[in-house]
Amino acid sequence: MASEHDRAARARAYWRANLKLSGVLLAIWFLVSFGFGIILVEPLNRIQLFGFKLGFWWAQQGSIYVFIVLIFVYAAAMKRLDRKYDVHEDGE
Amino acid sequence: MDVKTLTYLFVGGSFALYIAIAIWSRAASTREFYVAGGHVHPIANGMATAADWMSAASFISMAGIIAFMGYDGSVYLMGWTGGYVLLALLLAPYLRKFGQFTVPDFIGTRYYSHTARVVAVVSLVLVSFTYVAGQMRGVGIVFSQFLDVDIATGVVIGMAVVFMYAVLGGMKGITYTQVAQYCVLIFAYLVPAIFISILITGNPVPQLGLGATVADGSGLSVLEKLDRTLVELGFGAYTDGVKSKLDVFAITMALMIGTAGLPHVIVRFFTVPNVADARRSAGYALVFIALLYTTAPAVGAFARLNFIDTVQDTAYTEVDSWFRSWEAIGLIGWLDKNADGRIQYGPGAPFAGPPRFAPEPGPAGERQVTNPPTAAANEVYVDRDIMVLANPEIAALPAWVVALVAAGGVAAALSTAAGLLLVISTSVSHDLIKNTFARNISDRQELLYARVAAAFAVGVAGYLGINPPGFVAEVVAFAFGLAAASLFPAIVMGIFSTRMNRHGAVWGMVAGLAFTFCYIAWFKFVAPDTNNSAHWWFGISPEGIGALGAVLNFAVAATVNRFTAPPPEGIRALVEGIRVPRGAATSTTAGH
Repeated sequence: MASEHDRAARARAYWRANLKLSGVLLAIWFLVSFGFGIILVEPLNRIQLFGFKLGFWWAQQGSIYVFIVLIFVYAAAMKRLDRKYDVHEDGE
Repeated sequence: MDVKTLTYLFVGGSFALYIAIAIWSRAASTREFYVAGGHVHPIANGMATAADWMSAASFISMAGIIAFMGYDGSVYLMGWTGGYVLLALLLAPYLRKFGQFTVPDFIGTRYYSHTARVVAVVSLVLVSFTYVAGQMRGVGIVFSQFLDVDIATGVVIGMAVVFMYAVLGGMKGITYTQVAQYCVLIFAYLVPAIFISILITGNPVPQLGLGATVADGSGLSVLEKLDRTLVELGFGAYTDGVKSKLDVFAITMALMIGTAGLPHVIVRFFTVPNVADARRSAGYALVFIALLYTTAPAVGAFARLNFIDTVQDTAYTEVDSWFRSWEAIGLIGWLDKNADGRIQYGPGAPFAGPPRFAPEPGPAGERQVTNPPTAAANEVYVDRDIMVLANPEIAALPAWVVALVAAGGVAAALSTAAGLLLVISTSVSHDLIKNTFARNISDRQELLYARVAAAFAVGVAGYLGINPPGFVAEVVAFAFGLAAASLFPAIVMGIFSTRMNRHGAVWGMVAGLAFTFCYIAWFKFVAPDTNNSAHWWFGISPEGIGALGAVLNFAVAATVNRFTAPPPEGIRALVEGIRVPRGAATSTTAGH
């Protein structure tokens, strides 16, 4: 019984950690696309970087690069969480 | 060799490759037919997802749309890539753990309801058929321009190839052909982009070329030169948009949520071995997609510069031959309003509607346009879809590059069409026949039904390709809006809430679907003359309304859920089971 209880508590803690991680990553997702690429595009466009207006660069290039990084960070961090809370898949 | 021989060679060669792969990877069981047995390596799945996802619209149309929309084109770039973050963080790993074959499977089981399953099937079929019609038009354009066959023959050839590998191979055949198609299409996209980037800026990397200095001695960067040239001609600057900020926001959001809710993309993540692979695979998919999506804005900007350079104030008799070859199939039209024999390009439509031509040529030898002219000084009609296909000719690249682009366009259209046809046939054979009407059929019988459904879907898609409904471009907004407003919220709530019950989910989906459908149908078909920001709710266009539909879905579901009974105890266990990677996949019978 104790181990069953233990496992449920572990699963809850794992889920909370997962939600926190996903929340932070989604905040960055929102910031680079909707924030830099849309809401703040005019002020950022006053900054010129290597032939790009910065806001335009975020909208057509930068946000996409950050999206890729976010997914790989999520995959790696979740793999660590899986092991930390001992919920990883068998055979790994 | 001339362009046509090379094109036959490239397109024919790629078809032979796809068919060979299909024969090698025939599906023997429903598990292989639906999810390729669940053994696909995450990198291979990433490539297949990228090919599945990047359609004729991405390959042929997107750079052209960006070329003519400038900053406003960003909605497609961010919207069609940002959705993968949502998919990776909110859907893919949990649906993989759930471990069934289809999206309606998940919705029907999680919400312990046949009604929910059937609503999901209806959304899926609506979304997928609108999408597939657009693919067939892409195949038709490529065939009629490059191979000189008529559109109907082109579509029949394309359908025969898809039939071979989708009906025989199922998901297994599709997966490995999509890997090959990805390689063909990305190579075909990057080669001309690199050539043109070198021509215009001297920098071989298009992503950097977009910000580099134009190699014409002006000292201006590509974007600065484009801004100046366009403003001189009376357009707005390329790097500024004309859409309202709220509309840009809503369209981007609707496309992101819609992308994450597209059934043919979601099912790709059922094919990898485990949960950790599903997460990684989404990352690889986005890398492969981003290779094209970060190149597209460069291609768009280069194409617009090139187009203006060759066309503006050039005598028609001296214009490059590509101008006339696209005029010949009616995608370019020139009306010499000031009768000086030279082409003047500027803002505004040159005449009402697409060009209609008189049988006899005009004074300069052009195809005489009979449409009534508008007040704008602009004399040129140009279909945005031609920019990517015409780009190699505009930049005077070698013939084999032109042929390569044709093969790439066909690969992009076929790979997406096959993925869509598969989810349609799967949801018919698995969700409607096996799980709703005839629960006792054997695996072999179900596989036969799946093949028959796939063959039928190929036939319908072929018919739509040969007789395209006049509103193909319009209905693409439907696919994303409907996916965003129906499937995405239901799946997310099913994972992140243990309390959400079937009443909430069903009413949420119905409300989101009905609202979005009516809003788009109203502005596109019922009252198209009022389709402008003065009449839109909150200034949100039909393209962006899916974002509001999704919010409505969440709100209705939460409200109905509050006043109805919680789901049975088995559902809580099911949801807690899909939240952790370890443990057996969920059984379909849970909660019934």
